Amino acid sequence: MNIFDILGPIMVGPSSSHTAGAVRIGYVTRSLFSTKPVKAKIYLHGSFAATGKGHGTDRALIAGLLGMGADDERIPRSFEIAEEEGLEFEFHEIIIPGAHPNTAILEVTSEKGTVTKVQGSSIGGGRITINKIDELDAQFSGEHPTLIVHHQDFPGVISRVTKILADSEVNIGSMHLYRGKRGGQAVMIIETDGVIDRETIVRLRNEDETIKVTYIHGGY
Amino acid sequence: MSFQSLDEIVNKCEGEKISFYEAVLKEDMENSDCTEDESLRKMQTMWEAMKAADATYDENLLSKSGLTGGDGARMERYRQAGDTYCGDFMTEVISAAVRMAESNACMKRIVAAPTAGACGVLPAVLITFQKRNAIEDEVFVQALYVAAGIGEVIATRAFIAGAAGGCQAEIGAASAMAAGALTFIKNGDARAIAHSCAMALKNLLGLVCDPVAGLVEVPCVKRNVVGAMNALSCADMALAGIRSKIPPDQVIDAMREVGESMDVKLKETGAGGVAASLEGKMIAHKLKEK
Repeated sequence: MNIFDILGPIMVGPSSSHTAGAVRIGYVTRSLFSTKPVKAKIYLHGSFAATGKGHGTDRALIAGLLGMGADDERIPRSFEIAEEEGLEFEFHEIIIPGAHPNTAILEVTSEKGTVTKVQGSSIGGGRITINKIDELDAQFSGEHPTLIVHHQDFPGVISRVTKILADSEVNIGSMHLYRGKRGGQAVMIIETDGVIDRETIVRLRNEDETIKVTYIHGGY
Repeated sequence: MSFQSLDEIVNKCEGEKISFYEAVLKEDMENSDCTEDESLRKMQTMWEAMKAADATYDENLLSKSGLTGGDGARMERYRQAGDTYCGDFMTEVISAAVRMAESNACMKRIVAAPTAGACGVLPAVLITFQKRNAIEDEVFVQALYVAAGIGEVIATRAFIAGAAGGCQAEIGAASAMAAGALTFIKNGDARAIAHSCAMALKNLLGLVCDPVAGLVEVPCVKRNVVGAMNALSCADMALAGIRSKIPPDQVIDAMREVGESMDVKLKETGAGGVAASLEGKMIAHKLKEK
């Protein structure tokens, strides 16, 4: 925690958890795409479902998907802006066993037709965690530069990825590994201290066992 | 490592002969690995955003639920008529607190301090005081560091979320932060600042979080007023030399203990307090059908 978690964020009201946090879940989801999202199916769980409407959680999530930050004064008009920009959306209620009360699942289709499913929770004061990407566990906040490496579970992949980062003098702040089953698809979530350049990302993508490498700059 | 207690801040101030503001600034520079200039610029942005939010209040806005809007303007007209109990300054503080909290409910841009629900407390006392006294922005930016340092200790030792500790953790914390900031502006020393904070927090101990229909509107908007008025009284007491008989950090620990023993119905679930009143339940029911 730092003093600007206490004084701040500058945000559109009324609730840091139900509004600002919701914008950020949408924003981080948006940053996982290289192309424009055209369709979003959004599922609201717990308190998001119960009091989301009165808190503008629905408008906030769409605003985030449109690339707006938590202080963007266009948030209340996000539905209208989505229509102008060609983003279709629908909302549903859902019960996700064991999930944080302020949780949403965003199933987003990009311009190219690829579908990505992201589960995120707003954990208080506008801070968030992304819990799942495409059904695989993936814990990260989106506050820092973050690498999401989908790869084949295979001996030596981790060391090759971290060596590429070391060669580029990128320091790793935290690193988590998730896999469905042994030898199957796995995800590495790497939060770094500094930004990662394009060339390094290309080198990571060129590794045989990496399936998909997504990089988000971090910060909201 | 951030401050774990108000005592630690006071001791640092007295040991190094620096002000409360400088202690918090230094700590932020170490923690966030930034320069003095970078930190100050960030805090300056917060102050500017508070003033912009105050200036752009729109009395014609209504919240999505229809429960909130227009009271700030009502209060302002009453003040201008001149026949009030609280006097002109206090009445303007009341209207400023209501205006900011209403803006928040109506999805306008505000600064969470420490939360969105309590965003009216600090600006109501600081901006209103600046309007009546020719004091430069720099002093208020420094006062915001004092407020943030106090808030950080409360968050570390207890909590600053209604869901965790009830409204005492939101309006109570905001009021303690504002009391400290006000004491600083009138040159109270670090010890006086800590005691103003202790008194403000103590006065609101036990305040429950009972939002009607779960929304940050009723009773949140008007509670911002109580936070602001309480802050001014406690700053004045501390500046008069009055001290809290219970040491400041022990008051924060007591707030934690009270929050932990509070029933979950009274912690932002919308199931207790005025939220569970007949009218509260009827409002919630109507909104659900809408």
